[in-house]
Amino acid sequence: MDLVEHFPVLIVGLSMFLAYTMLLAGYLNRRLPFFMSLAMNSFFLILSLFILNHVLATGPIRYWQGGWRPPWGIEYVVDAMNAYLLVIVISMVILGLIYSRGNVRHEIEERKHVTFYVLVQLMAAGMYGITVTGDLFNMFIWLEIASLTAYALIAVAGGRALRSAYNYVIMGSIGACLYIFGVCWIYSVTGTLNFADMRLLLPLVYDNRAVQMGFAMIVVGVMIKAYIFPLHLWQPDVYTYAPSTISSMMASVHVKVMFYMLLRMFYSVFTLDFIRHYIGLDLLICWVAAIAILAGSIWAIKQRNLKRMLAYSSVSQMGYILLGLGLSPLSPWGLVGVAAHILNHAIGKGCLFMCAGAISQQEGLRDIRDFEGLGKKMPHVCAAFTIAALSMIGIPLTAGFASKLFLIVASLDAAQYPFVAVLLLSGLLNLVYFWRVIDQMYFVKHKGTENAAEVRETGKSLPLSMVAPILILASLCIIMGIIWLTNIPMPLINHILSNLRMGVTL
Amino acid sequence: MELMTPLFAILCPAIAAALILPSRNHPNIREAWTIAASLAMFLLVLSMAPLIVKGETIKLILFQSMFKDIYIGFKVDAFGEIFAITASSLWVLVSIYSIGYMRTLKEHAQTRYYFSFCFAIMGAVGVALSANLVTLFIFFEIITVSTYPLVIHEQTPEALRAGHKYLAYLMPAGAFLLFGIMITYYLAGTTDFTPSGIRQLADASPLVVTVLFFAFLLGFMKAAWMPFHSWLPSAMIAPSPVSALLHAVAVVKAGVFGIVRIVGYVIGMDLMQELGLWLILAGIAGFTMIVASFFAITQDNLKRRLAYSTISQLSYIILGAALLTRDSMQGAMLHIPFHGYMKITLFLCAGAILVATGKTRISEMAGIGKRMPLTMLAFSIAAIGMAGIPPVCGFISKLYLCLGAWAVGSPYGMIFLAVILISSLLDIVYFFPIILTAFFKKPAEDISVFGEEKMKEAPPLVVVPLTITAIFSLIFFIYPNMFYIYDLAKMAISELFGGV
Repeated sequence: MDLVEHFPVLIVGLSMFLAYTMLLAGYLNRRLPFFMSLAMNSFFLILSLFILNHVLATGPIRYWQGGWRPPWGIEYVVDAMNAYLLVIVISMVILGLIYSRGNVRHEIEERKHVTFYVLVQLMAAGMYGITVTGDLFNMFIWLEIASLTAYALIAVAGGRALRSAYNYVIMGSIGACLYIFGVCWIYSVTGTLNFADMRLLLPLVYDNRAVQMGFAMIVVGVMIKAYIFPLHLWQPDVYTYAPSTISSMMASVHVKVMFYMLLRMFYSVFTLDFIRHYIGLDLLICWVAAIAILAGSIWAIKQRNLKRMLAYSSVSQMGYILLGLGLSPLSPWGLVGVAAHILNHAIGKGCLFMCAGAISQQEGLRDIRDFEGLGKKMPHVCAAFTIAALSMIGIPLTAGFASKLFLIVASLDAAQYPFVAVLLLSGLLNLVYFWRVIDQMYFVKHKGTENAAEVRETGKSLPLSMVAPILILASLCIIMGIIWLTNIPMPLINHILSNLRMGVTL
Repeated sequence: MELMTPLFAILCPAIAAALILPSRNHPNIREAWTIAASLAMFLLVLSMAPLIVKGETIKLILFQSMFKDIYIGFKVDAFGEIFAITASSLWVLVSIYSIGYMRTLKEHAQTRYYFSFCFAIMGAVGVALSANLVTLFIFFEIITVSTYPLVIHEQTPEALRAGHKYLAYLMPAGAFLLFGIMITYYLAGTTDFTPSGIRQLADASPLVVTVLFFAFLLGFMKAAWMPFHSWLPSAMIAPSPVSALLHAVAVVKAGVFGIVRIVGYVIGMDLMQELGLWLILAGIAGFTMIVASFFAITQDNLKRRLAYSTISQLSYIILGAALLTRDSMQGAMLHIPFHGYMKITLFLCAGAILVATGKTRISEMAGIGKRMPLTMLAFSIAAIGMAGIPPVCGFISKLYLCLGAWAVGSPYGMIFLAVILISSLLDIVYFFPIILTAFFKKPAEDISVFGEEKMKEAPPLVVVPLTITAIFSLIFFIYPNMFYIYDLAKMAISELFGGV
């Protein structure tokens, strides 16, 4: 057994262990937890890169915990898809941590800092766990860890965040319950919880109502967590009032991990055969996604609060990813769209939420209409915001364009032409609500503050720890925009396809 | 043959843009970057011309994409080279003009202006040199986004409205274009520009090709064909150099360039003929030519009149492509640079008048020719050329268009010939009053008391470029092969129609 094969469990286990150690260390020194978390996550990033490399070179890692054989023991399976996702999640957690350094001082009381970082580390552990596990019940455990910590992290901001966190607790618990009920139904028929085992056993009982019911419950439960329209109702409040670091982390990777569960259900627990022929879900999902894309954008247009607008924009963008999933049985490009947009949306939306946090921290502004002249006061943040917004709109040479292109090709390839129109229309709707912000920042003439130099004196400048992640993500939007246009990601994509689809490659 | 030249040419303005930002507090250095980049780009573009005239095609694949048979890269053929030469050569002159114009008027946000300008030009030349539709689309969108800050430069509510209108037309157009490109890829498996059209499209059903054609037509709304033109007159709120280069050359010419590419290199002329699409396109063009001319007559604002004139003249190019004959196509290709030089002269003159007197309305310009003889002389030369009267280069391209319409032969050909002639007549109707007002009308009272310091001509940095473009308009008549333009057009025609 290669050393690399121990890395997934090492990442997850160390993450959990680290969280509790951080709590203890916090008693010694309040600053310690942050540095511990940053150092260890950076270490995990290196490990995850080794994992990705290993998976691409030699195939999936199957790790049996405690050496117990799968149907009895818990198995961790890392193939190209989740190795890729793991790298994204860890990177975004690191960037979020760096950003939080300047941000928590402003948004969270001093005495809560230690617990804040402990909870962030626990949430990260939950996300890593979901990403690497190969077991339905184990996935539930990690899901709960990632969710419970998220509830707490949202509530940390206090005030209106408490109510939104409460909403999320209710909705999230319903989601988690549906998930575990669904797992129970399926377990009652198959007697196993292992993905691979189930994938073998389930085809014999696809007709079974209990299996179909279980599947439906899991899908709906996960969809609540991934706020797929119309199950998104808890999300706008949460993203608006949560601390910016948490909004950014949740929008960029927390929701992707939730969505990843759906992907696993479709491809690793059940088969496309089941999705298409037994319940006919694929086209239904496409239409749900299309409605999500359009409705999210339209609601976003109506918003005046920047973070709220970004929240609705996320609803719309999750629709893109879901559309890719819905099209994937018909065309491999659907999965390419999913893989690309998971990354592109993570960097784009992460950057936008960080910008929103930076703007409210430095200038105290949340309402888009007050953003006049911001481009001169916060040149770096506004430039980053513009680039990320262009990426969301899907202007060429930004990351968003690539996802749009892949999804359009997927729709054409699957002969589902209405979705081409939906995707193009959505780009225009995105333009409407993002351009409004850009206009306010740069072009609308502001009344009093003509002199830029004067303004710069009065404004408190942001710490580098906040500006750096924003700029890194913005430049990633452009770098990825170019990389997706080349054939560099081809090996990764082919591995993802062959791991999930059993042999079909581009 | 493979050369890096196209890439270097595209990179010039991008590098300049990157250098402009840090030198924002040193105007002289900042403008030096623009001038240097424009000269470098022009020379690089021009250096490819002799090779192409010899029959070489310069091809450069930057990278293969994940889609089969789609790559991002450049292919410089004769037609693309014509457009690239036009855009890059005019950028040199407009850069000089910009310095004079922007500094005399003490415009704000000049760094943003020069920065955006670089990207707009990069987009235009990128469109010209693109090897396939996907690459073209990338540069096309770069043009749209980068020209927005230029259009709303004034930042007044009115300017913002114009800017929003600009995006409201051109962004959906981009969506249509992307749709068309994807359909093409889906049908043909390639989006490369091929002389005489992509072969696989001929096998597709006529209905689909017709849909495709309309998607492209809507996608190239930048060509300002009627009834989708109204963004262009609104965009005239931009500073004059912007109107000059972008709205007479780079943006709108990118649109017509795209249409010619579609007619000649994507759908192909045989298919256009077979499905009767040429008639639709020619009808739209003919309609636009006449109606826009009438609109122009009613405008009192000089730049708006020029804008409608642009709309009308662009449709000459579309008509030339639509008629599908050797001569008309050559006329269309020649009209791209020739109209570019003439129209830019007119816009630069309008800007010079604004700089020297602050006037924008034609009715206020009585007697201005005595005050600014050089400017108005240049204006007259360009206006005469617009109407297709020798000895200005407009005559040559219009002659070819007329010959082309004649060669169509059928009654349609006669109708379009009549349209060209009538439209040229209308050109005279709306341009000559300006010249008459400027030279022969008695100046109104206020013109002599305008301003504190009485400026006669605009500053040299403004006047010299427009004089040069006017002189070039004359040179192109005497020697159309300046910058290899005529040879390139011949070359492109023989590529499209075969033979020499």
